[in-house]
Amino acid sequence: MTERTLSFQYSTLQQERETVTLGMWAFLATEVLFFGALIAAYFSYRIWFGAEFIAAAKLTKVALGTANTAVLLTSSACMAMAVTTHEAGARRSPVLWLIATALLGVAFILIKGTEWFLEYQEHLVPALNFDLGRRGGVAEIFFMFYFCATGLHALHLLIGICLVSWLAFAIGTDRLKPGSTARLIGLYWHFVDIVWIFLFPLIYLAGRNG
Amino acid sequence: MHAPRSENYLNASVGIRSWLLTTDHKRIALLYFAGITFFFFIGGTAASLMRLELITPQPDLGSPDFYNRLFTMHGIIMVWFFLIPSIPTTMGNFMIPLMIGARDLAFPRLNLLSWYLYIAGGLITIAALLLGGVDTGWTFYEPYSTFYATGYLILAVFGIFVAGFSSILTGLNFIVTVHKLRAPGMTWYRLPVFVWSTYATSLILVLATPVLAMTLLMLLAERVLHVGIFSPQFGGDPLLFQHMFWFYSHPAVYIMILPSMGVISEVVPCFSGKPLFGYYFVVWCSIAIAAIGFLVWGHHMFVAGMSLYASLAFSFLSYLVAVPSAIKVFNWIATMHEGWIRFDAPMLYAFGFIGLFTIGGLTGLMLAALAVDVHVTDTYFVVAHFHYIMVGGAVMGFFAGLHYWWPKISGRLYPDYWARFAAILAFFGFNLTFFPQFILGYLGMPRRYQSYPPEFQIWNVLSSAGASILAVGYALPLFYFAWSILRGPRASANPWGATGLEWTTSSPPPTENFPKTPTVIRDPYQYDHGVPCMQAKDD
Repeated sequence: MTERTLSFQYSTLQQERETVTLGMWAFLATEVLFFGALIAAYFSYRIWFGAEFIAAAKLTKVALGTANTAVLLTSSACMAMAVTTHEAGARRSPVLWLIATALLGVAFILIKGTEWFLEYQEHLVPALNFDLGRRGGVAEIFFMFYFCATGLHALHLLIGICLVSWLAFAIGTDRLKPGSTARLIGLYWHFVDIVWIFLFPLIYLAGRNG
Repeated sequence: MHAPRSENYLNASVGIRSWLLTTDHKRIALLYFAGITFFFFIGGTAASLMRLELITPQPDLGSPDFYNRLFTMHGIIMVWFFLIPSIPTTMGNFMIPLMIGARDLAFPRLNLLSWYLYIAGGLITIAALLLGGVDTGWTFYEPYSTFYATGYLILAVFGIFVAGFSSILTGLNFIVTVHKLRAPGMTWYRLPVFVWSTYATSLILVLATPVLAMTLLMLLAERVLHVGIFSPQFGGDPLLFQHMFWFYSHPAVYIMILPSMGVISEVVPCFSGKPLFGYYFVVWCSIAIAAIGFLVWGHHMFVAGMSLYASLAFSFLSYLVAVPSAIKVFNWIATMHEGWIRFDAPMLYAFGFIGLFTIGGLTGLMLAALAVDVHVTDTYFVVAHFHYIMVGGAVMGFFAGLHYWWPKISGRLYPDYWARFAAILAFFGFNLTFFPQFILGYLGMPRRYQSYPPEFQIWNVLSSAGASILAVGYALPLFYFAWSILRGPRASANPWGATGLEWTTSSPPPTENFPKTPTVIRDPYQYDHGVPCMQAKDD
């Protein structure tokens, strides 16, 4: 690994490591509130328009959503393995785990894209072709939330895929400076995973128990 | 005291690139000063035009539509591009590393990115306001903002959205810096109160701003796609927009006032030559204000159709948030008690802050009472109340800090006579501008109207006259600070006899802040019979 000098503002490597880690946690706190606002608004309508939201939620593709949940959880496991093996000093295995992580991320986006395409064919996309006469205004609000939430989540995942690919490249070509980079990207990836774990039951499983 | 040609952060490198690509927190603070000053005078111009218009009961300067655009511009610019970033990004940026004995903020490049986001957001919003303006008021209430408003609303909202990321990154940087970069011996309870209150502010920036970002995104989605989220036409709830908007925008009030309280907590002990009375209470009141501030947003919506029980809870919590604010006021006054008080310009601004903030706070209690609020909602009483907090409080604090730290920032002294004159002028101008508005509001004059019944004219004339005095009070510092940069005598390291670490290094400080990392040996604000005992160990 290449040697590096400590950044100007730090006095020890440990201080730098703790600082950047806290920075990432503070950023994730911001992200929690960002998605939290959307989820809170969704909850408010979910309670207010219970029956209509359940009817609209039944139009989502629960099989694809479930498959995606499995894909994303597996990707997080791969990410955890990548960080652990990297910190244990391995060279080859973290690269392989990271490639697996990125590929699973891409698979998630492809499945999600398929879902969106099916929903487009069923006239469920607000503003574009929503079948207002048949589904009603409240269903359109549900699908506004659906597309906002899954769209923003997919955007975060795309950023994550770029970061993971870059990290695999940097470790593979021995260009990664020693430090916490792998761990920080891991934290971000797991966060994106956790957002999905909240979105999945809220959107897909509403009212499916009976 | 210092050789005139000593190397410092101002002359360490030259050229426009050395400023626009700098990662030095002190230079970035000066970049922010430039931006803040620009937006302050833009927002002030809009306010001046409004006061000019309101001298007579009938429309004079333009159509009612023009007036709508004026107050919207005033609100948007002043809230998001002056008040919220004002003290944290300038004095916070400059002073926090110095006060905790660090060489820079934790993430210097992120700090520069914050400035570019702020400027980009500001320019986008200014473009929207110049291209044709926005007529919704700064609150963007639904469904007005999505289906009825004319003008460049999408662009203006997008500009605010961009500037929000600047807020978030600044807050994040401060939180991490205070946690991780303190000098040896700088324990949490040895931190100056300015650091504590900026820390509390940063918590709000990081936790509230993303909610605004999401709310504005939903508003944009609704306006661009013409699909309902908050619009009653589609079964949506416009009240939900207000809840989400004020969930950010009420804590934002504390983003504006907490840093000013921090400045006052520095200035009062220094110019009283005494330790800050009740340090622990002041510190924890900052945190309490930040925390309780998240629970009071509903008091903006008492007449909006919220349930009575929710209103009662919000009313109670609004009374509660006044407690830590009042504790601070008592502590500042107790600090001055039997002190060696000096009446320099920063202290005069601090006096102004304490008096005006108290009036603003007490009228806030009146507005927290449900029955009174119903009577004066959307009248000039509310306008006067929040200007007492934001202009009388936050802006006075801004000027107090600017005059206090100016010798450290610029390395020059300013003419004290003119500075005191400006402080007194601003105080009288402010009261003449806004006190009549309490009376107007109580008599029933609604806000956001261009014309009004003739019996209100006398109070409006008084208010406009006050605004012209206030404008002179705000413009004067431009002249004597410019003179100070060109001709002012050089400042020593510690011209005021303060105790903080920032006063142990030279004025202006070197790029690396301290020749050697300082070691902190005592609490802040320690005075021995009015003689300062510095926080750092003498070498």
